[in-house]
Amino acid sequence: MQKTISKYWPVFVLPTLLAFIIGFIWPFIWGVYLSFQRFTTVSKTTFVGLDNYIRVFQDETFTHAFWFTAAFTVVSTILINVFAFAIALVLTRGIRGTNLFRTVYFMPNLIGGILLGYIWQILLNGVLANLGKPLLALDEHYGFIGLVILMCWQQIGYMMIIYIAGLQSVPNDLIEAAKIDGATSREILFKIKVPLVMPSITICTFLTLTNSFKLFDQNVALTGGEPSNLSEMLALNIYSTFYGRSGAQWKGIGQAKAVVFFLIVVVISLVQLRFTRSKEVQS
Amino acid sequence: MKKMISRRNFLKAAGAVSAAGVLAACGSSSNSTAASTGSSTAGSTTASASGGKVYYLNFKPEQDEAWQNLAAAYTESTGVPVTVVTAAANQYETTLMSEMEKSEAPTLFQVNGPVGLANWKDYCYDLSGSALYGELTSDSFALKDGDAVPAIAYVIETYGIIYNKELLTAAGYAQEDINSFATLKAAADDIQARKDELGIQGAFTSAGMDSSSDWRFKTHLANLPIYYEYKADGISSTPAIKGTYLDNYKQIFDLYITDSTCDPTVLASKTGNDAVSEFVNKQAVFYQNGTWAYTDIKDLGDDNLGMLPIYIGVDGEENQGLCTGSENYWCVNNNSSEEDIQATLDFIYWCVSSEEGTAAMADDMGFVIPFKKAKAPTNPLNAIADEYVAEGKTPVDWCFSTMPSEEWKNMLGSALTAYAAGTGTWDDVVSAFVDNWATEYQLANG
Repeated sequence: MQKTISKYWPVFVLPTLLAFIIGFIWPFIWGVYLSFQRFTTVSKTTFVGLDNYIRVFQDETFTHAFWFTAAFTVVSTILINVFAFAIALVLTRGIRGTNLFRTVYFMPNLIGGILLGYIWQILLNGVLANLGKPLLALDEHYGFIGLVILMCWQQIGYMMIIYIAGLQSVPNDLIEAAKIDGATSREILFKIKVPLVMPSITICTFLTLTNSFKLFDQNVALTGGEPSNLSEMLALNIYSTFYGRSGAQWKGIGQAKAVVFFLIVVVISLVQLRFTRSKEVQS
Repeated sequence: MKKMISRRNFLKAAGAVSAAGVLAACGSSSNSTAASTGSSTAGSTTASASGGKVYYLNFKPEQDEAWQNLAAAYTESTGVPVTVVTAAANQYETTLMSEMEKSEAPTLFQVNGPVGLANWKDYCYDLSGSALYGELTSDSFALKDGDAVPAIAYVIETYGIIYNKELLTAAGYAQEDINSFATLKAAADDIQARKDELGIQGAFTSAGMDSSSDWRFKTHLANLPIYYEYKADGISSTPAIKGTYLDNYKQIFDLYITDSTCDPTVLASKTGNDAVSEFVNKQAVFYQNGTWAYTDIKDLGDDNLGMLPIYIGVDGEENQGLCTGSENYWCVNNNSSEEDIQATLDFIYWCVSSEEGTAAMADDMGFVIPFKKAKAPTNPLNAIADEYVAEGKTPVDWCFSTMPSEEWKNMLGSALTAYAAGTGTWDDVVSAFVDNWATEYQLANG
């Protein structure tokens, strides 16, 4: 048995490996290579050394987009996880209609980001116009709040499902034992449930953190970076550098931005994983 | 205890997905969808002696069908295979970028003017010796790079203030009464004041600043102050604009947003379709747009449509005509084989000189083409444009093709939107116009 497996491993591994190389490794190498080039089409390139990277850090819109994205990520990660966990707690109590609520909360996640962006743009602009406030495209603060609302609405349901799964796996005997020992419900929550659902928390924070950092669709549809690129997030900034600018030099700069962006996302997610994982316990 | 979710595997999967997402963001040669592909291979088996073929990447989705038919007709009569692919709306640059990578790259493509040409000039065949160039009615319709002619305009378009004749007459005005900014403003203010009596919502359609409509102001309207400045200074492009006529720009923009169907604060979310529907439903008298908008507004009836020059209050503007120019320039790919280049040159020459070609361009596509054998199109807005020229009015050039970058236009659009809504000042607009011009020019050419 063992022998047959070791004999046939290429049949199982190679197709996936090939797909991984074609879809991931090869484009990645090309991407890094192109970030050192000046080009219009990728078959005609000229080497420019680190010029593109120097231009990236001189570009104020990129640094602004970085801080905007960072602020957005912090706010939305906290809000989404707190609300998702709270709703999960409520919906694991066995109240009537639990399944209905779970479905309803999950549904927004099934709608595409672009569509949601446009729908929320109409909704929020309607509210802002009635309040006599500047519309989304006119004030980046409203744009920011709008993005947070949109992301919360979309993501809370999804994270809630993961938290529910985590909470359901907390053994009842532990909770009963704690109750007999006289633990308050607050103590049960923080001393027993939270430590035991830490794996779910790791996954959810990872997902919300990276999703928020890489947010693109919702950003394009809701604010489009208006006003004057002030509500532009990193992914959109890269996109508009690459496609919105004319002139051969911009393609390479966009590419360099994408590489920098990749490194940022990798570093942030690794730090986060290490941090939340260290809090995990086994029951 | 057993964990509900195998975290490690899950994270690995999530990691791969997220990393792939990042790469998608850097995607340099990602596929872009072409709206439609059509190939007329009827004659490919009997390809002409030269053996060349034509691949045209078309920019205008509205004319896709007409191009497919014309290509089929050409193949039928000459045996040269012609493929026409139309890029999806707003996807031309990305489609072109990926198509140019292919071994069967487009032999014929287009740029939108000098700024677009900057991207592609290394790929443009010099058309100065071509028969097509010889057919041009005016040298000003060719883009030049030194002595070389990398691109030639193939369609001429005109814009101005389109108006509803019936409503203007009902208000007691005629085209002859309006020949300057002062008279335009007087008429618009009067119409706006009597809007309830006239049964309309405003003199001008909403100046929507959504991206579907803001180009009418950040690009087309902004052309006028640039045109007059170039004219005063005797130049045709500049690394740094002075903004001599920005007060005039303010005047006309103020007029658009005050004598309008809606409150200026909601303009940020108004779209191009909003303006069209207001105009077609007779809720507004004036609508700034061009000949290409004819199909949207033809329900009003050809006799009911008129066009006024965009007056901005400059001395001598009584003789100003409509804004006429092009942002569609043909380029022939110099990386194609000799035979393909020759076949392409023959094809475009045939399009603009043969009876069949000119008829298709005029009747099916509704184009005014700047070539000697052109046939007059049926679009009434073009006829109006011709009348202005016949009356001896000076057409306004399309100087907006010299705007330093798309980014410049976007920043100007943002500033105008903020100004209209009252969250920004006119000084911001001036700075977006003047200071940012120099900055963007440096970035684009530095």
